[in-house]
Amino acid sequence: MLRENQRRFRLDWITIILFLLLIGFGYVNILSASHVGEITSYFDMSQPYGKQTVFIGLTFVLIVLILSFEAKFYERFASLIYLVAILALLGLFIFGKDVNGARSWYGIGSMTIQPSEFAKFATALAVAKYISDLQTNMQTLKDQIRVAAIIVLPALLILLQNDAGSTIVYLAFFFVFYREGLQQVYLIVALSVITLAVLALKFGIIAAGILTSVVLVARYFLKNKKRPNILQYIIVLIACIAFSYSVKLFYEHGLKPHQQNRISLWLRLEKDPAKLELMKKREAYNLIQSEQAISSGGWTGKGFLQGTRTTGKFVPEQHTDYIFSTVGEEWGFLGSAFVVLLFIVLIIRILYLAESQKSQFSRVYGYGVASIFFVHFTINTGMVMGLIPTVGIPLPFFSYGGSGLWGFTILLFIFIKLDSNKINEW
Amino acid sequence: MRKLLLLASVILVGLIFVARLFYLQVYNSTAYNIFEDSAIKKEFTYPKRGYVYDRNGKLLVANQPSYDVMVIPRDVEPLDSTDFYEFCNLLKITKADYIKKFQKAKNYSPRLPSPFVQQLSKSDYAVLQEKMRKYTGFYIQKRSLRSYQTTIGANVLGDIGEVNKSIIAKQPYYRLGDLIGKQGIEKTYENTLRGTKGITFIQKDRFNKNIGPYKDGIYDTLPKPGKDITITIESKLQAYGELLMKNKRGGIVAIEPSSGEILAMVSGPSYNPNLLVGRDRSKNFNKLYRDSIAKPLFDRGLQAMYPPGSPFKTLNALVGLQEGVVTTKDRFSCALGYRYGNRKMGCHVHRSPADMNIGIYESCNAYFANVYRRIIDKYDSPAEGMDNWSKHVKSFGLGNYLNNDLSVGQPGKVPTAETYNRGYGKNRWYTTFTLSNAIGQGEVLATPIQLANMAAAIGNRGYYYTPHIIKTIEDETIPNKFTTPKYTTIDKRHFEPVVQGMHDVYNKGTAKRLKVPGIEICGKTGTAENFAIIDSVKTQLTDHSIFVAFAPKDNPKIAIAVFVENGYYGSRFAGRMASLMIEYYIKGEITRTDMENFVLRYSLEHEYEKPFSNEPFGINRKTILDPIDEKDFQQNIKIKAEINKS
Repeated sequence: MLRENQRRFRLDWITIILFLLLIGFGYVNILSASHVGEITSYFDMSQPYGKQTVFIGLTFVLIVLILSFEAKFYERFASLIYLVAILALLGLFIFGKDVNGARSWYGIGSMTIQPSEFAKFATALAVAKYISDLQTNMQTLKDQIRVAAIIVLPALLILLQNDAGSTIVYLAFFFVFYREGLQQVYLIVALSVITLAVLALKFGIIAAGILTSVVLVARYFLKNKKRPNILQYIIVLIACIAFSYSVKLFYEHGLKPHQQNRISLWLRLEKDPAKLELMKKREAYNLIQSEQAISSGGWTGKGFLQGTRTTGKFVPEQHTDYIFSTVGEEWGFLGSAFVVLLFIVLIIRILYLAESQKSQFSRVYGYGVASIFFVHFTINTGMVMGLIPTVGIPLPFFSYGGSGLWGFTILLFIFIKLDSNKINEW
Repeated sequence: MRKLLLLASVILVGLIFVARLFYLQVYNSTAYNIFEDSAIKKEFTYPKRGYVYDRNGKLLVANQPSYDVMVIPRDVEPLDSTDFYEFCNLLKITKADYIKKFQKAKNYSPRLPSPFVQQLSKSDYAVLQEKMRKYTGFYIQKRSLRSYQTTIGANVLGDIGEVNKSIIAKQPYYRLGDLIGKQGIEKTYENTLRGTKGITFIQKDRFNKNIGPYKDGIYDTLPKPGKDITITIESKLQAYGELLMKNKRGGIVAIEPSSGEILAMVSGPSYNPNLLVGRDRSKNFNKLYRDSIAKPLFDRGLQAMYPPGSPFKTLNALVGLQEGVVTTKDRFSCALGYRYGNRKMGCHVHRSPADMNIGIYESCNAYFANVYRRIIDKYDSPAEGMDNWSKHVKSFGLGNYLNNDLSVGQPGKVPTAETYNRGYGKNRWYTTFTLSNAIGQGEVLATPIQLANMAAAIGNRGYYYTPHIIKTIEDETIPNKFTTPKYTTIDKRHFEPVVQGMHDVYNKGTAKRLKVPGIEICGKTGTAENFAIIDSVKTQLTDHSIFVAFAPKDNPKIAIAVFVENGYYGSRFAGRMASLMIEYYIKGEITRTDMENFVLRYSLEHEYEKPFSNEPFGINRKTILDPIDEKDFQQNIKIKAEINKS
């Protein structure tokens, strides 16, 4: 009986410790970034840090709840959970509340809840469920389209609610599909698309065309066996140029001005100094403040609650999306590198566990979890230190907010539960 | 392979992020400096600058408040046209001025404060203060300016002015717009007088609003007031000296031999120190600075190096006695000069042959030429003799900086064997090549303060205290380099005959008409030839008038050197002025009013105009005395009366 119990609860403590470290350190930084004047009580509900205390407390209730379900529950009810999430997203169009121009929240009294944060784990479950079906073959177009539909549906709904940042997160599933057998050509196309888009914007369509031609010609001559039809090559070239052109068109006419400016700043496209100055005051203001705060931290930082730029609230939204700049200022290079390391180790640990799963469902789900964390971490941290254009998504476990925290906790602990069960599976 | 894509991406991203953090936080970031942190506002409280008193406790320099409008360009918000117009009006500037000043401040730094309009008057300040709230990015910084309680001693007291960027770069204590001592004691005692600024660090938010003290004010400091100092100047004597120097150029330095304290330090022409206070400082300073003819900023008492002339003979007498190459009884004949080879050093008519006493009081060139030759030729080579002589002369504080507490100075010059080796080649020169040194011409140069110090050393019979200007500093002792005597290389016993000779200068020598009843003065006249380049021709001008003295003969209270440019022979101006200064210092009144009237009545301005007149002119014997207007003379008499009363 005792053996049975031990088997059932083989939790991966390494992951849990990493999780606790992130939550704890995140809380410390939210405290710094959001306090105004003296901190009188950690439960001061008028302050973000007070609310975060409660959110974290509830998180542990949530964890106990998740772990108490049978592991099989999640596989069995994946579709249902997905359905509920989609309904919740749809409901926003009727009952939703506008915050900062995005209709992504339900208001319940003074509380707000953001269903898109929960849609992630639901989608991950649904994707895992679909792919792990014995009938599914990721090499076939039919299944590719169906599995794509699973992620496109929530992504589209979120985009329609004007939350472009959260939509981008769904690209994370590409890593999952690729792992599960998606053809190589998709990866090549994906990389080409990114390269071409950047090239077209930064250096113009002609440059993109020339580079494509060079690559194609090289490929043509290096292929020493049978030379394929030259017509194919020409079609690819035309497609690439057409794509570059459409990227340019989309950039100029399809994007909203603030999105356009973010990309312009990232690729340093604006040459007019007057306009650039204006952009620096508006779109780049956050970024500049955030970089300055991080830079001013130096090796060891200014210490907890000692960040002058954090205390002065120089970085807007510092306790939410820009929380990493607090780490940078108050804990310096050592502190921020430590946080980067925590995330990297966490993601690698999840990947390692995912690969060791015996059921395909658990593995695919685990991969989904790792990918989602990876995309969130990369985009958020990259943005805060000025490597990636501004995209408003939270840093898992760090950023202030109940929905985000709970969404990520559920995402992670379902996997921990699945993992703890792997011994029982044959 | 498929398993690796995500893993590789994760590791790659991790590395890139750590590298980026390293770049931002370590590589590209300078050490955290709170003064560079725009999130922390620094407010300075300026301490009271120390007061300056004269040796009798008379207040010379105090303070007056001044208000600067400062700007932090980044924080300035555009004003609407009526507000802008009003703001310019209050500051008494034009729109163009505004734009220019603003741009200048912005160029310096958009986020550090720069002075915008400085030193507002009290009434302007009162009006402006009411409206200051409207002008974001501007604020008023209170500072303290100097307020001179006197019109004399500009060269002694100096002035304070705004720090420049090179000072800020070297001394981070100062920030743009701060004031620093520029000349005189304001410069040398800057650190004592200025005190230490107080600082308050204030945490700001991104709207530039104060949100409280930074770290509860643990880094804040209170201003430490500057210390008051008392200087050695006797202001009545200084004022009297400046009056005597009126309409003349030159320097007077008077020292108390028993302490090395400088009693008076006059440089003519002088100016009113109040000219260098407030908003007009730079305008007035430029005017003084650009006057390249009268050079009022050139302190002739400290910086002018002249050939000392005859007063230097006293040193040669002392060196001769010390070296044992001459006794007081040795006599040398003088046939209107001293012949060597086919050359001759001229002299005037007097008793011959002359012993030391006659040599000194008659200032006989031939006598000193002989003594000097014996000194140099005592050794096998002139080089050895020269270095030995040079060592003795230098022990009187000549030929090097005095290393004192005055902001300017010159080393003067005392030649060594090396000087002549360089000129003629090693061992290719003889004593006669250097014979002018015997009579204080030639390669010897000295400043008036060095000559006054030399007189003090003779009066003390063999030692001196470094001449200095500081008497006391509040709660501090003055450096002991000013309180330890420096001994000359001449034994005490050799001084008496030389002192007697100098006394006889007054009894029966070149200064016999300058006697002051009741005071035993020892002195020595001097005359120095000088030249100017006029239209690229070296032209001789009227001689400089030089006088060196101390009094009384025993335990002297004052040693003095007076130097009057183009004053002709030594007793004509310098001798009279020295005797008057001595009488005024010792007695507190003037009995020789005939001498005083002479000095106050006659101007040398016409002498100074000669080189610029483009006309031929006569010098020395052909020069005439030029009286000033009777009205101006009466004015001088009135000033004298006022000095007496103060």
